[in-house]
Amino acid sequence: MEKKEKYIEKALLVIALSSISALALIAFFIFKEGLPLIWKVGVYDFILGDRWVPSKSEFGIFAMIVGSFWVTLGSLLLGVPLGLACAIFLSEWTPAWAAVILRPTIQLLAAIPSVIFGFWGLIVLVPLVRNYLGGPGLSILSGSLILGFMILPTIISISEDALKALPPAYKAGALALGATHWQAIWRVMVPAARSGIVASIILGMGRAVGETMAMIMILGNAVKLPDSFLDSARTLTTNIGIEMAYASGDHRQALFATGIILFFIIMALNSTAIVLSRRRVR
Amino acid sequence: MRHLRFFTFLILLLPVCFACQKSKSGITVAGSTSVQPFAELLAEEYMTCHPETRIYVQGGGSSAGIEAVRTHAAQIGMSSRSLTGEERCLNAVTIAKDAIAVIVHPDNPVRDLSLEQVRQIFAGKEKSWHEVNGKRDPFVLVTREEGSGTREAFQKLVMGEKEMSMECLVQDSNGAIRQVVASDPRAIGYISLGLVDASVRAVNISGVEPNTKNIGNGSYTLVRPFLFVFSCEPVGPDQAFLKFVLSPSGQALLCREGLVSVTPAKQQL
Repeated sequence: MEKKEKYIEKALLVIALSSISALALIAFFIFKEGLPLIWKVGVYDFILGDRWVPSKSEFGIFAMIVGSFWVTLGSLLLGVPLGLACAIFLSEWTPAWAAVILRPTIQLLAAIPSVIFGFWGLIVLVPLVRNYLGGPGLSILSGSLILGFMILPTIISISEDALKALPPAYKAGALALGATHWQAIWRVMVPAARSGIVASIILGMGRAVGETMAMIMILGNAVKLPDSFLDSARTLTTNIGIEMAYASGDHRQALFATGIILFFIIMALNSTAIVLSRRRVR
Repeated sequence: MRHLRFFTFLILLLPVCFACQKSKSGITVAGSTSVQPFAELLAEEYMTCHPETRIYVQGGGSSAGIEAVRTHAAQIGMSSRSLTGEERCLNAVTIAKDAIAVIVHPDNPVRDLSLEQVRQIFAGKEKSWHEVNGKRDPFVLVTREEGSGTREAFQKLVMGEKEMSMECLVQDSNGAIRQVVASDPRAIGYISLGLVDASVRAVNISGVEPNTKNIGNGSYTLVRPFLFVFSCEPVGPDQAFLKFVLSPSGQALLCREGLVSVTPAKQQL
């Protein structure tokens, strides 16, 4: 009997490791394919070069790093206030009937494939932006709006969990000292749940940085440093997505190298999120 | 337990069966997404007459298609550009010619541009439609992504040494460019002539309308070859399919779809 237990334990270990080995394999291949090109071009020129002309062997991804930055920032400007408000409402005020509607709806929002978001944005949002605000419509603004909605579920669910995990004494204590409900939430509970909320925002950022399909459809993909929120831009992920099909040789390696930079950004974001969420309320 | 083993064996056998079937008389055609829709039509037509042959048409791009032929992953590669460098050792057959149309929104009053104007527009030297007798609106340039056969052809035929403007919006298919141009009155892009439909309008280049007649007599110059690429002299089912493609009925099919047929004298066979 004991022997059987051992075998099961070992088998489960192997299965668990195999899921991680997928990550290891992906990382290995990205680095193997991409690093030679980064050395060839030079780390500095690759990251801070603003000309991306693969046909002339010019590989600089600074415009895309900037593009990723602005699109992500824009999505957070929309997603964080909305998401936080929704999380507070869900954890503090929601009557039973509203919760029955709200929670499944938010889960549904998370389940909508990104290509649907992209298609909707292209058909509905892009013409609106073009007609009322100018520019080509395919712009950072349109992309940020769509991404803002896409990261909502992440922000809402994790922030709500953080708020709900607080000891009841916090709220009770605040109320006993004469604070109103809103004062208790804003002055006591939200600061106390700060680490969880920040973690939710960072995970949302990770989602925003990684989104590809919808952004290919909405951002316009021009390779240049954007001048305004109405300008087209290209992010790191869309650079890979849009040029992958035809790339060969150095060009293909440059796309893998873009993946390396993306890998580091996502890893930094996730590590920050993990560190922050471990620092639970004392 | 016995049954289980037997079933496992059967399941493991399945892919082998499929593999056998496929290798019997399957042709894999892979490459340029510009050629793909036409190759699909040809394959469909061919398979109705020759049910014993299966033709699998895949996209992936010209370079990928040529690479697939080199590594024998595909029997036929589709390319919308001429072979370069070490690719020249492969056997390329021109199956048709395709024109690249410069397209604008149907409401755009501009009907004619010179080659030089198109070049200046896409180089970002001219900023407003007003400079080419249009409205006082800025250009919205739409181009294909780096590596695309259509872009390479456009670069060679129109831009020459000039570089395309960094302001260009980049879309990853003919259809996506058409979609953007169809929805923005200020946009200008370029796609395969065969894919121009009522949602956009192809402009004349220096007074020459892009149509089959003008392409045939050589007055419309934005033309590129559509190639089938083989690793060696085609034999068996590959040769039969190529014969069909170059036959009058195959060529007629391509003409109906907006391509220009190759005259028999120009074939490299």
